[in-house]
Amino acid sequence: MNAPTEYLDEIDRRQGELPPSARISILTLALLVSGGIYLAAQINRPASLIIPASFVAAAAITLVVNVILLARIKQFAWSNFFMVGKWALLGYGAIAGILEFVFIFDHTPSRTLTLFTSMLIIFAINVALLLAFSVTRYQPVPESHD
Amino acid sequence: MTETQAGTTPQAGAAPAPGHEPGPGPRPDFQIVPVRGIPIVAAVLVGLIVAIASNSLWALTFFHVAGGGLWTSIDLFVGLMIGPILSRLSIPARVEFSTKFMPKMLLLMPTLVAMTLGAGFQLARHVGNLAANYPHHAWLVASFIIVGCMAVIAIGLLEPANLAVLFELKKPVPNADRIGRLMKVFIYTSGITGLMQVATIVIMTFLASR
Repeated sequence: MNAPTEYLDEIDRRQGELPPSARISILTLALLVSGGIYLAAQINRPASLIIPASFVAAAAITLVVNVILLARIKQFAWSNFFMVGKWALLGYGAIAGILEFVFIFDHTPSRTLTLFTSMLIIFAINVALLLAFSVTRYQPVPESHD
Repeated sequence: MTETQAGTTPQAGAAPAPGHEPGPGPRPDFQIVPVRGIPIVAAVLVGLIVAIASNSLWALTFFHVAGGGLWTSIDLFVGLMIGPILSRLSIPARVEFSTKFMPKMLLLMPTLVAMTLGAGFQLARHVGNLAANYPHHAWLVASFIIVGCMAVIAIGLLEPANLAVLFELKKPVPNADRIGRLMKVFIYTSGITGLMQVATIVIMTFLASR
């Protein structure tokens, strides 16, 4: 949501210089959810894994692109980013762990389980990255000591 | 935000301009993650794991129905009741409400989502609804798609807005205009996911009555 320009402060003005990390994260999430829905809809049915694997591969690529774009930001409150990211990874890692437990408990076939596991790993990292970025983008940049 | 003085950035706690609404005053201290709620969340998640591991029909139904009912009700209540009320409050009142309300939502909503989806998936598997030969399989897949869209909105927009508001409120001088913009995202997405939840409930009650 854009604010009227007269209300913008330094942090708001800096938003235009940041990469579209939140949007890329949402795209990654949408790819994972699409692959997950396809897999869940095919349970107990002999279906090809090519389509869900393509979704997972695309999600992995967008995640890597996002990390590269983030790493290129010069002025950012990185300590804040890693603090939020660490706790978000713990929280969403726990949720992903519960889902992984469900799939293992249900004796999900190994190839399908591998795909689900890959999705859950990308999911946890992506959500942690999204939350960390969403908070840090509004934090003041620490003064450099050059 | 019309309450703020044009040409300046509205700062929470800033001195009021003549003829304009005052800033929020002293910001109440608060915890971003309410530590006292963590044992309750942990207990719920342990209960969920036990329900899945035991494959108890009652426990799975309880977690799925209780979680889904609360998730829907809270989303609709926040989006359609709290949202319009909040938009009419003064900035100080909004900030005070947000410091008490948002930390609780940060723990409550992911827990309800985990309860509903974890138990729901296992329940569907347990009663045979996930089987390809289930006569209403298409309806189930439709509910997956709706829940998938809700998950993207909730995790991609709602949760980041929630967290960003909390961190903004923690600043020595929070930016009230930014809080207002982020709260709008939070309230609107709550309402949207609440309405999508109604569609899920229509499908779920249809399937349960077959």
